[in-house]
Order: sequence, then structure tokens, then C-alpha cells
Amino acid sequence: MKILVPLKRVPDPELKTKIKDGAIDLSGATWVVNTFDEYAVEAALRLIENAAEGTRDGEVVVVTIGPEDAAQQLRSALAMGADRAIRVDAEDQNLDAGVVVATLSAIVEAEKPDLILMGKQAVDGDANQVGQMLAGKLGLPQATFAASIELAQDKTSVTVGREVDAGVEYKKLPLPGVVTVDLRIVSPRAVVNHVTPDSHEYQEGPRYASLKGIMQAKKKPLDVKTLADLGVTAAPVTRQLSVELPPPRAAGRKVESVAELVAALRSERKVI
Amino acid sequence: MGNVLAFCEVSGSVLRTNALSCITMARQAADEHGGQVVLLLIGAGAGAASADAARYAPKVVVVDDARLGQYTAETFAPIVARVARAEGASVIAATATAVGKDLMPRVAALVSAGMASDIAAVIDKNKFRRAILAGNAFQTVEVSSDPIVVTARQSEFDAAEPLGGAGEVQTAEAGDVQTLGAEVVKVETSKSDRPDLNDARIVVSGGRGMKNGENFKVLEELADLLGAAMGASRAATDAGFVPADWQVGQTGKIVAPDLYIAVAISGAIQHLAGMKGSKTIVAINKDPEAPIFQVADYGLVAQWEQAIPELVAEIKKLKESQT
Repeated sequence: MKILVPLKRVPDPELKTKIKDGAIDLSGATWVVNTFDEYAVEAALRLIENAAEGTRDGEVVVVTIGPEDAAQQLRSALAMGADRAIRVDAEDQNLDAGVVVATLSAIVEAEKPDLILMGKQAVDGDANQVGQMLAGKLGLPQATFAASIELAQDKTSVTVGREVDAGVEYKKLPLPGVVTVDLRIVSPRAVVNHVTPDSHEYQEGPRYASLKGIMQAKKKPLDVKTLADLGVTAAPVTRQLSVELPPPRAAGRKVESVAELVAALRSERKVI
Repeated sequence: MGNVLAFCEVSGSVLRTNALSCITMARQAADEHGGQVVLLLIGAGAGAASADAARYAPKVVVVDDARLGQYTAETFAPIVARVARAEGASVIAATATAVGKDLMPRVAALVSAGMASDIAAVIDKNKFRRAILAGNAFQTVEVSSDPIVVTARQSEFDAAEPLGGAGEVQTAEAGDVQTLGAEVVKVETSKSDRPDLNDARIVVSGGRGMKNGENFKVLEELADLLGAAMGASRAATDAGFVPADWQVGQTGKIVAPDLYIAVAISGAIQHLAGMKGSKTIVAINKDPEAPIFQVADYGLVAQWEQAIPELVAEIKKLKESQT
């Protein structure tokens, strides 16, 4: 089984947002793998391995689109256990969801993965578009917001538990297909491949790269391609014009007692 | 051209509340584009809601077909794309619900459109304002494709009022329904008599500090007294205290009720991203340094074990005095 995991680098979401000249100030940014994409790498590894025996049957290919520095995030994924990486060289300002989808489509056509697994959204742009657009463009079935994935015994389909407004929907997709993952995909029993014993409990969260993994990652293949190599001619149709910080909330106040709180909600706010 | 096609979710014979926010956004976009709003209802039995929908727009297109009983992006997206072309839509809109978020990017791919997701405001014809970085910043984005696909953040657009007349209702064929082999095999719904978290006027939310699911009962009692929906932080849903669909935050639901009561929630940025648009925020937390107090209009430093039963008693008293 071959799984393609597209991933994006994002500025470390734990650091404070700064704005300069109407854009996010990235001059001193620390880049990390987008949280949801890192979770997709974890889910992909769980799908192809036998965690009890430490063996695997399949390949995880990670791909990113970005400048040379973005190779670092591919190395992070290789250190977790992905087998090989592709970086498509491009500057961030020349990309939008449509260009990314055109690029990934070309990669999918070349690589012919059984499954495309990715984060549901990037935590910088919060757009939540690429997985669905890619599936639409390629005419593939999709399952977004996956909280669980079960790979069928015969490996020709997956059943995905999707978090929807009213609960959880289980959607079965024939492969190849596109699955985007939500946070709970890295909970201990979220991924079942019937190779790792079904009773196996993973550690919560994505795996850490071992020292051995980090050393091995340096030797794993990392191909670099250009948009021209892939025949991508699409130009961006969405453009960020400006960015601003949200208006600050008026300072609130501390109340000393429940009685004071109830009185304030009643008389000042008239909400109860 | 210039029309705005708004995909509306229905519930039985009425539009879902979330659709009314999309209609408000669609009216603004239609003004910018000099066109009219056309509502699109899709599903087996969707026709039942056409009379309700016709109160809100000059035209409603209904695709009611037995093969469309269960929503899937695979079957719905081609219908939205086809109706959008037929109606001369310059903007194709929906609300950013679980369905809207799943469906609309796929529609965008089918019509080769650029998309603005989860917008907070329509600035002009093709410029939109939206939150990024978990609500820590707002961007203005320009979409230069034709058509444009847009989803509206429900909490940022008021519910539309009826127009005071009835629009034309037109039916359209579902055509060739291709599932691409995708099939919904089961849906586990969490049944509740409480209002929907997305639409509720009051939300009572609990965090990790509640320690276990049993302890949420006291919050539920408070919620039921207030006619409120229940919410939770990611820490509480991840710990399995309460169902995942109660999660409020960047990756859960984004809510903006009149009153949000956060109990034993520390206030991680991901949680704040989901609730800081609320009109009045109350935080009850034993830690005076908890970040939730920075966004709260009223902060009470207290143990929930004492404060919540007291709050329940006070509100009961209040309700009794009102009857």
C-alpha cells in the first residue's frame, strides 16, 4: 500500500502573532510541520505497519510545495518514519489552494498512491480546502475530518469516522481516495489496519522521531521538482491583501460572588 | 450573471437555522454583484422545505430525489456546480458547517473557482474578511476567479429575515448521481433536547478542571435551567468526559452566543478561537491567572464545586421570582 501525505510548513502556532506592513511578520518565524499534517503522517505510518512486530508493508511518501527551507519539515516527517520525500520548489507568495491542488494532482498522477492522507486544514490559513479540491479535481471519493480510519482486510477500502455537527458519520470509500484528518486521529485506537492487532493501543499523539530515525532521515531520498517539471501552469486566483490583529475585547471585571455575577448578568447584560 | 447561489441545509419542512446566516451573506454579495439570490435545496424530501425557503429569496431551486437521502460530497457537489452554471452564479455560497466545509471546496474544484472559507464579512464584490491563525489575526482576501465560492461563518452573520413575499420555486433534476463508490454506512448521533450548539443563545462549557464526565451533570443542570447548549474544551472531549461534538474551538465549533459561561476552562488560544465572538463571556476558574479571564466580561475566581451549585440555586430563585 502506498500513501501520499502532502504537508505544509506553518509558523509555530504556539508563538505570538506579529504583524508588519499589513502581513504576518515571518522574519523570525520558527517553522514547523502543520499540526494536522503531522497527524496525517502518524496515521499513514499506523496504516502500513505492524506495530506489534515492528514490520511494515507499504510506503509513505511525503510531499511539500515550498522554498528550499521547507525541506526541513520533510526531514521531520522522514525522521518519524516516512520512506521518501518530494519537494516541489515554489515561493509561498506564488501559491494558493488552486495552484497547490494542480501541483498535487500532477504528483498523484505520477505516484499513483492508494490513499492521499492529509491534515484537514493548515493552522495558519485555516482555509480547509485542499483535500476536498484535490478529490474533486481528480474525481476521487473523499472523507474529511477523520477521527478514525479502518483499513479493510483486503486493503481496497477504508471506513472513516468523521466528526460532523450532529455526531460521528462512518463513511466507506473505495481506494484510491482522499482522507483529511482531524485531531482525534492520533488517539490510541483511532487507526485500525487489521495487521497491527486490533487490541493494540498507541501512545496518544504523533510519534517522536528517534535518534536513529533522525540519522536515517538524512539518507532517505528527497527529490526536488519544479512546477515546470510537473507541467503546472495554474496561477493563483486568491490573494491576501492585508492582515490585521483582531480588535481587543473591552476589559472585563472580576466579580466577588455568585450573587454579584447573577445580578450583573441580569441587570447590566439582561441575558438571564 | 451576477447571481448568488446559496446552498441551504434543510431540516424537514424548514431551512436549518445556519442557512439563514448564509442567506444574509448571499444578499450582501448579490448587492455587490448586482444580481439576485437563488437558494438551492438538495436531498430526498428537500422539496418539503421549499415554501419556507421561498420566504427568503426571489427564487428557490429544489433537487429532490430519492437517491439523495444521505448527504455526500460526491453526489451533492456536481449538482451544486450544475445549478450554479444554469443560474448564472457569480458567487456560490454556503454556511461553514460540517456539510458546507466538506462540500464547497469540492464544488470549487468542479467549477474551477477560487474560494474564501469561513468568512466574517463581505467587503466588496470579490474581497472578503476572514479569521486566520486560530482567530489571532484577520486577513482581507481577494478572489479573482469567476465564479467565486464562499462559505460564511454562521456566528458572523445575523439570521436573515423573510422578504415578505414568496419567491418562485423551480425543480431541477438530480441527473446522473455518481457516488464514486463512497457510502455512509452508519451515523452515530448524540441525541439531545438541548438547543444546537451552533444556534444556542446561551452556551455552558466545561473544561479539563471538571475532572470527569459525571461532574458535567451539574453543568447540564445549569444549562437546562438556562435553556442553554452544552459545550466543552478540547481537553474535556479528548479526555472522554463528554462527546466530541461538544467541542468548541479552532477545530470544534465556532460559536458566538449572547452568553458563554466557561467553567474550569483555562482558555488555550484554540478554545478562545471558538468562543471569543460571544457577546457576554463569563469565566469561572479557580486559577486567577487562567488566560480565559483575559477575554471574560465577568470573571469569578472560584472552585466550580462550590460556585456552580450556588449559581444553579440563584438562577432557580430568579426563575421562581419571575413566574
